[in-house]
Amino acid sequence: MTASLIIFFVLAALAVLAAVSLILQRHPIHSALSLIVVMVALAGLYLLMGAEFVAAVQIIVYGGAVMVLFVFVIMLLNAGVEERTNFSKLATFGGIPLALALSGMIAAGIARSSGQLATSPAAAQGAISSTKQLSMMLFRDFVYPFELTSFLILVAILGAIVLAQREN
Amino acid sequence: MSEFLAKYAFLIVPIIKVAILVFAVLTVDAYLTWLERKVIAHIQARWGPYRVGPHGLLQPLADGIKFILKEDPMPSGVDKIGYFLAPFLTLTLAVTSLSVIPFGPDIKAFGYVTNFGIADVNVSLLVLFAITALGVYGVALAGWASNNKYSLLGGLRSSAQMISYELALTLSVVGVLLIAGDLSLKHIVEYQDNGNLGLLGWNLFGFAKDHAGFTQIIGFVCFFIAAIAETNRVPFDLPEAESELVAGFHTEYASMKFAMFFIGEYTSMIAVSCLATILFFGGWLSPFPASWTLTHYLPSVILIPFGLWVFFDGIRYETIFGRVLLPGVGAVLAAAGLALFLFAPANDVIQGPFWFFAKVFVFLFFYIWMRGTLPRFRYDQLMDFGWKILLPVSIGNVVLTSAFLLWRMH
Repeated sequence: MTASLIIFFVLAALAVLAAVSLILQRHPIHSALSLIVVMVALAGLYLLMGAEFVAAVQIIVYGGAVMVLFVFVIMLLNAGVEERTNFSKLATFGGIPLALALSGMIAAGIARSSGQLATSPAAAQGAISSTKQLSMMLFRDFVYPFELTSFLILVAILGAIVLAQREN
Repeated sequence: MSEFLAKYAFLIVPIIKVAILVFAVLTVDAYLTWLERKVIAHIQARWGPYRVGPHGLLQPLADGIKFILKEDPMPSGVDKIGYFLAPFLTLTLAVTSLSVIPFGPDIKAFGYVTNFGIADVNVSLLVLFAITALGVYGVALAGWASNNKYSLLGGLRSSAQMISYELALTLSVVGVLLIAGDLSLKHIVEYQDNGNLGLLGWNLFGFAKDHAGFTQIIGFVCFFIAAIAETNRVPFDLPEAESELVAGFHTEYASMKFAMFFIGEYTSMIAVSCLATILFFGGWLSPFPASWTLTHYLPSVILIPFGLWVFFDGIRYETIFGRVLLPGVGAVLAAAGLALFLFAPANDVIQGPFWFFAKVFVFLFFYIWMRGTLPRFRYDQLMDFGWKILLPVSIGNVVLTSAFLLWRMH
């Protein structure tokens, strides 16, 4: 077992455990903290595949900016401990089998294509990893879709402001 | 044995480096508190610490012992995970952020070339920003988990402040990145090496040698203001405004946990000063043209007279301990200066770190100077300043720099 494989399993286990804890925690802040751990573990996985830029941006944008806003809002509203409700009948008889089926399908998919997965840095070398390649793709090859996406986000921000102002 | 060393050098060398760095940083932090108290005391026409050791030099040691021995009560109703996690998070992230900083040019020792820092990552600037972006959680979590209104307000203020000023901090650096075209801190310093122009080649002035440059004075001013806000220092220390919030986010912390916040704050001051040095002031580069070889003796010229002054001043100190310690320290400093003067190879090695740490010291002194001089911002002023002045100005700097670079290219 190579060192990178061990690190992969540690990070993957951390990500999955934190994701489970995100759902099971009863306090919103604890859920948010679990989500931060998921983000950082994912960044570690990117780093393992040789994508330093994506890893750093993952932490800056998701671990930093987005999650700080989550935590900030939870703290500002001083949200308390959630009440636990029993599973509804729909969740027990519909949700659990569907979730199991989905996991099975994903597992089958991974098992079928395991030969082609980029799990080592060497396999990821061919993919876009350097900052320069990435920016060339974003700002030259796909500049219009990219700008359109940022415009969409701007519209969403403006929409939020308009909605918030109507109350005053 | 040597085979084993050669095989595992990639593992052994970083571990040694980490040990040295952590030890050095904690010592510097301790003496930074001493320097801060001394400088502010002298600004306010007082003496500052004077009792513990000569000139209060052992005060940091006494403070350390006090922190360890003090009782560490935990208030009732705290969120245990958050309460314990917050100080560790603050300190760990602050120290980790120093790991990507190159303190000098590569060092060659025993046929082994290694970088003068811990990690040499090709996106080191982004890694640094990523680590500081997570630093917010230490403060926010401490405020929330303490189950105290003042702490919560302090934590909230700090998160809002850090979100607001992080934008300006990141944008103010873009100008430098446009010039260097690289995210590696080491390469950013190397791009500012302009041989015979000396300090004019630094990004602050921007007379680059073989590529287009543009003065980053606006970028630097934005960066430094935003950096002070990010490190929660005067005049942006609203998260711990004692007249309104008792002690803000760390009200409920005592003993070593409080010390961890304290050390974290000083370490991030050091990290930010290093970053300012690297991005705008040429990192480890000398401010003099490369042809002025006489300036290589500057470390000796500073160390020898300073050591002699400490020696002769120490002989007349009031206490016997001081009359022994101060001349001893002075003699060591003077001897080090003399050794550098006589052994040219050692002197060459010391050039890079000497300039780097000299510049960092200037920034740290500036931090302390401001604490002794400026009053605190009001909260609405802080937000107005961040969003309405600092952010537009740093975006303007990006536009100006890119326009100039484009004009030079055509």
